[in-house]
Amino acid sequence: MLSPAYPSRRRFLFLGACFLTGLGTEGRTDESPLAAAASDLQFALKDAAMLFTRNTGKAVRLSFGSSGNFYRQIVQGAPFEVFLSADESYVLALHRQGLTDGDGALFAVGRIVLMTPHGSPLKADGSLGDLRAALDDGRLKRFAIANPEHAPYGKRAEEALRRADLWERIRPLLVFGENVTQAAQFAASGAAQGGIVAYSLALSPTLSRLAAFDLIPEDWHAPLRQRMVLTKTAGAAARAFYEFVQSNPAREILRRYGFVPPDKAD
Amino acid sequence: MDWNALELSIRLALWTCAVLLPVGLCVARVLAWRSFRAKGFVEALIALPLVLPPTVLGYYLLVAFGATSVLGRAYQSLFGSSLVFTFEGLLLASVIFNLPFAIQPLQRAFEAVPLHVREAAWVSGLSYWRTFWRVELPLAWMGVVSALSLVFAHTLGEFGVVLMVGGSVPGETKTVAIAIYDRVQAFDDVAAGIMSAFLLAFSFVAIGLVYMLAGRRDQPHV
Repeated sequence: MLSPAYPSRRRFLFLGACFLTGLGTEGRTDESPLAAAASDLQFALKDAAMLFTRNTGKAVRLSFGSSGNFYRQIVQGAPFEVFLSADESYVLALHRQGLTDGDGALFAVGRIVLMTPHGSPLKADGSLGDLRAALDDGRLKRFAIANPEHAPYGKRAEEALRRADLWERIRPLLVFGENVTQAAQFAASGAAQGGIVAYSLALSPTLSRLAAFDLIPEDWHAPLRQRMVLTKTAGAAARAFYEFVQSNPAREILRRYGFVPPDKAD
Repeated sequence: MDWNALELSIRLALWTCAVLLPVGLCVARVLAWRSFRAKGFVEALIALPLVLPPTVLGYYLLVAFGATSVLGRAYQSLFGSSLVFTFEGLLLASVIFNLPFAIQPLQRAFEAVPLHVREAAWVSGLSYWRTFWRVELPLAWMGVVSALSLVFAHTLGEFGVVLMVGGSVPGETKTVAIAIYDRVQAFDDVAAGIMSAFLLAFSFVAIGLVYMLAGRRDQPHV
């Protein structure tokens, strides 16, 4: 069944050729650098990148996801020029394999909070006292954390729950986000009655409208050391962004999203 | 090998087959033998999951069955649990997503049953139900096997929806596809490799079965 609108094979090939050459000639050098960032930086880094663009006129393309996934992709040769990890071990592992330019820089330390959606029977109490009470009286049905098998924030949430001696009891009620952003989505949407998520996400305008939160004592878990590094392919714009994230204006943005500056962390 | 996850996946696949077989048989017969004005619309609706990203269904399930929605609250008060993070929720998603895999092979099979054969059965005095059991179903059985194998294999492989609404709860929503993903994320390549190889072999056998049956159907009847 042929209609006049059906593109001829020749035209189709022509379009395909244009598309392919278009891809090929797209300049690699003047293209804005691609940065891979842990999902806890979702909101803070977008703000920082916006300021970077306003100051320098250069753009950065941000890709958010799980630090472990990015680690694997960089090992496989993914074209990221900067990698901002929620867990410095991934950066250090890349460095050991000679895939980075130096061992990078610690740029912030993350915190975790107990977050409860508005209307939840659970109180946002960072000492986890009300969580214990909710487990006792059966108020709690579902509790969200990032998957502790692989997500840095999930591991820290598990440590805090173990420290409060609640881990074994809360385990049957846990639902696991693939990363900390999904855990926050589960907790803030009311699908779970609460969760332990990144402070930086809880402070974002989007989530703070949906849920209440309270900081969990920082000595209840190992620190969430956020380290970034340049890869071997990093160009001038990527280097400028790397420097910018360590500058005072960027630190101020990170502080606004609850990240502790590295010098105050040690 | 996460046997718990595999057992859950198989349970989910069996339940999906059990729900979809009667539904599929009814709908496929209607689509095969009747013509009505909205037929194209219904067929398009059933085929939709073939092209729809699983995330679309995942999104709608999250919104529709979240604790704040009317539907979610109604379900919660009826059954005392929510549909997200539960086996029942996964089953519902799985049934919706497998509609084309169940209905399309059945419809093709019923379309291949000639009207004169059914008419012969009726004039021989067979009732509607006896015609179905003794004539139609035996002639369409390859469609039934195709549909069940496809649904079973496709359920084992479902990932996107489960990732979005499952919450990776062991024994409840952590299917084998999710278990593989979690092991890969945890850099446990050995476990991920074993489970992947198992799923690969299993899916190949299931699809092979479908093609073998399809090949047999194409052979001329003697």
